[in-house]
Amino acid sequence: MEEMTKETPLAPAENDCIIELVDLTRVFEDDGMVAVDNVNLKVKKGQFVTFLGPSGCGKTTTLRMIAGFDKPTSGKILLNGKDISALPPHKRPVNTVFQRYALFPHLNVYDNVAFGLKLKKVKVTYETENGRQFTKVEKLSKADIAEKVNRALKIVDLEGFERRSVSTLSGGQQQRVAIARAIVNEPEILLLDEPLGALDLKMRKDMQLELKEMHKKLGITFIYVTHDQEEALTMSDTIGVMKDGEIQQEGTPLDIYNEPVNAFVADFIGESNIFSGTMTGKRKVRFLNKTFDCVDDFEKNEKVDVVVRPEDVVFADEGQGQVDGTIVSSIFKGVHYEMVCKIGKTEVVAQDTLERKVGEKVSVVIRPEDIHIMAKEFTVNKYEGYITKHNTVAFGDGEFACDLTQLYENSFLDEEGYLITAEGEKLDLTDTDVEVEVGLKDIELVDVDTPEREGGAAGNIVSIIYKGDHYQVIVRTDENEEDYVCDTEYTWNENDRVSVVIPRDAIRLRLKEEVKR
Amino acid sequence: MKTKKIVSYAFLALVLLFVYAPILVLIIFSFTDAHIIGQWHGFSFDLYVRLFTVERLRNMIVNTVVLAALAGAISTVLGTLGAMGIFYAKKGWSKSLQGASNINVINAEIVIAVSLALVFSMLAFNRTYYSLLIGHVAFCTPFVVLSVIPKLKQMDPSLYEAALDLGATPAKALFKVVLPEILPGIVSGFMLALTLSLDDYIITSFTKPAEFDTISTYVYNAVKNTAKSELPAFRALAAVIFAVIAAVVVVLNIRANRKTNKKIIENKEIKR
Ligand SMILES: Nc1ncnc2c1ncn2[C@@H]1O[C@H](COP(=O)(O)OP(=O)(O)OP(=O)(O)O)[C@@H](O)[C@H]1O
Ligand SMILES: [Mg+2]
Repeated sequence: MEEMTKETPLAPAENDCIIELVDLTRVFEDDGMVAVDNVNLKVKKGQFVTFLGPSGCGKTTTLRMIAGFDKPTSGKILLNGKDISALPPHKRPVNTVFQRYALFPHLNVYDNVAFGLKLKKVKVTYETENGRQFTKVEKLSKADIAEKVNRALKIVDLEGFERRSVSTLSGGQQQRVAIARAIVNEPEILLLDEPLGALDLKMRKDMQLELKEMHKKLGITFIYVTHDQEEALTMSDTIGVMKDGEIQQEGTPLDIYNEPVNAFVADFIGESNIFSGTMTGKRKVRFLNKTFDCVDDFEKNEKVDVVVRPEDVVFADEGQGQVDGTIVSSIFKGVHYEMVCKIGKTEVVAQDTLERKVGEKVSVVIRPEDIHIMAKEFTVNKYEGYITKHNTVAFGDGEFACDLTQLYENSFLDEEGYLITAEGEKLDLTDTDVEVEVGLKDIELVDVDTPEREGGAAGNIVSIIYKGDHYQVIVRTDENEEDYVCDTEYTWNENDRVSVVIPRDAIRLRLKEEVKR
Repeated sequence: MKTKKIVSYAFLALVLLFVYAPILVLIIFSFTDAHIIGQWHGFSFDLYVRLFTVERLRNMIVNTVVLAALAGAISTVLGTLGAMGIFYAKKGWSKSLQGASNINVINAEIVIAVSLALVFSMLAFNRTYYSLLIGHVAFCTPFVVLSVIPKLKQMDPSLYEAALDLGATPAKALFKVVLPEILPGIVSGFMLALTLSLDDYIITSFTKPAEFDTISTYVYNAVKNTAKSELPAFRALAAVIFAVIAAVVVVLNIRANRKTNKKIIENKEIKR
């Protein structure tokens, strides 16, 4: 039986997969920060893979776990199918180019590059006179080292710099030494942590090309980290877009550009118009106060984000297109004009080689295949509401106690219920329009038959989704079908009638416009 | 304008004279064999000769230097290891450990001396050369820690990781990368320990065996009972020590100058 388990062959599909991250998670104990959250990724041999994301999203932490400097809290790192999570860094066939180079200041360029080679042991097979073979583990010879170092320095275009102290090199040159120091060891995987971050724009563009060239020549798998979307798009075979420790989307640059899975990715990758929309029927979506045909299929009535790239917005003469608006700005960008068209209160950015003058009335045309629809991510409940004469706020078919003083800095309420601003002005806020935000975790649901805890609104539970460690519950009111989305640990049943309780301080208010005084 | 310059130079000369006059007097009178300083019995190298021929004097000088070298070396090793331990410890620990180490630096020497003496007598440890050496090491180590830790803090933390990444075992990374990086701190820690041990009196007198003397304990006793005194020879010793220190300082200065000049030249070359 033992034999059997040992010889379980790998599935053939996984054979060309050099590194695989399985449910990789890293939590920092001291602050409870989840820097990397359940990351799954497969990297094929010889690929150029990029982690792309804003600062602090966990890119470096992921890379450090692959290199072995950081231990995963949970999850696995498979190298050629074997778990290497417990392997110390010096035993991994992986080399790193660090975010700030980390060259050894006490060594010159040659010795920096030769550092890894001098530590390397190789098996050499000898043959004795009587034909017997034996192998010995020995260090590389000086000549071998010199040859390899010179080759590496040639690749990074730094011949003749061998004797220079690294502190006398420019940023770009230090960068090249760092790359040479890593590739000279012929690793299976090269990790690069924002290697071009410290360089100026021109140098960066040059180095991007050179790195790409090097990747082709060496045939090593590159895992690259950057927060520069353009860099990621031009260099990578595969991009993993990260946010808050999670991979949002993984795919080829083209996929990610054309088919972003959510508003975050769309916004992070290139310029885009993102509208809030609602599905109104089969392949029909309503945004900009107009129903458009589209090619994505979503549930009817689902709230969605709609992405339209500026180059896909076409202007027609007034009345000839789908929805009319006015050009409010136009800037020449070298090849095209970037124009903003105002439709109602919404701005639409467009790029076209044909200029439309500011003030011109136009009509917008968007082709169905250029409308990309994404599931909306619920992060916060948003409502439009107004202040009542009792200084409470009415929204979502309900009325809630709230803290009005947050609308004006350093203000307070006097005995009569007027708001006194920091400047001493006396304001009557009755009927003022406000935008209301309530966090998903701030909403508490109680049974409607609990008289001692009466909520500000009531409704029926229309959806319950289990999210790993909690439920996401949607409560819909009867009158205007307003939704309250809330995260709760308690179990409810669909169609339960509940009352919505929101603590006074959890209601965040923002003025819709300056109050008339 | 000119008078102003003259006044300022004169003032400078006065200050220097104030600082160096006692030493100058000492040096001048080290070249005469009069017992009482101030009397001139004619020029002679007698005191210098005595310094290296009278056995008791010679022993004491050798004792002091050997003790300082040993204590300096041991406390440099311990202090460097300690600094690394403190630096790489978990955050909470690191702070309290460093605090604990610093207490001994600020603490009055006499407190350390008395407590050392107490510990040795409690352990029924006779006062031997070893108790003396332990005393000096205990006294000097925190100073080494103090001079090494800043170098560790200045070091780019990815250097150690870079070494591991390139295939070095943790031990190799330590010796090939971390140690060279913090070497200046270690050297200055060693020098500090050396000088602290060389002129220490309090701890020495509390931990030394009766028949053993270093320069400071010997001088102190000699001053107390002038009868058996070899005191005049110390004028020569003081002069020698002064000369050595002056030489070291001058050499260090010249080397530092050369280094900055070299840097400037290198930078110029790069610019071109
Ligand atoms: N040693 C640590 N202890 C506690 N928190 C940490 C530690 N290292 C990183 N973090 C946190 O983990 C998160 C992810 O950090 P990481 O360095 O991976 O970000 P990054 O994506 O590389 O960002 P950048 O683009 O700025 O380099 C950050 O919020 C950071 O504050
Ligand atoms: Mg980073």
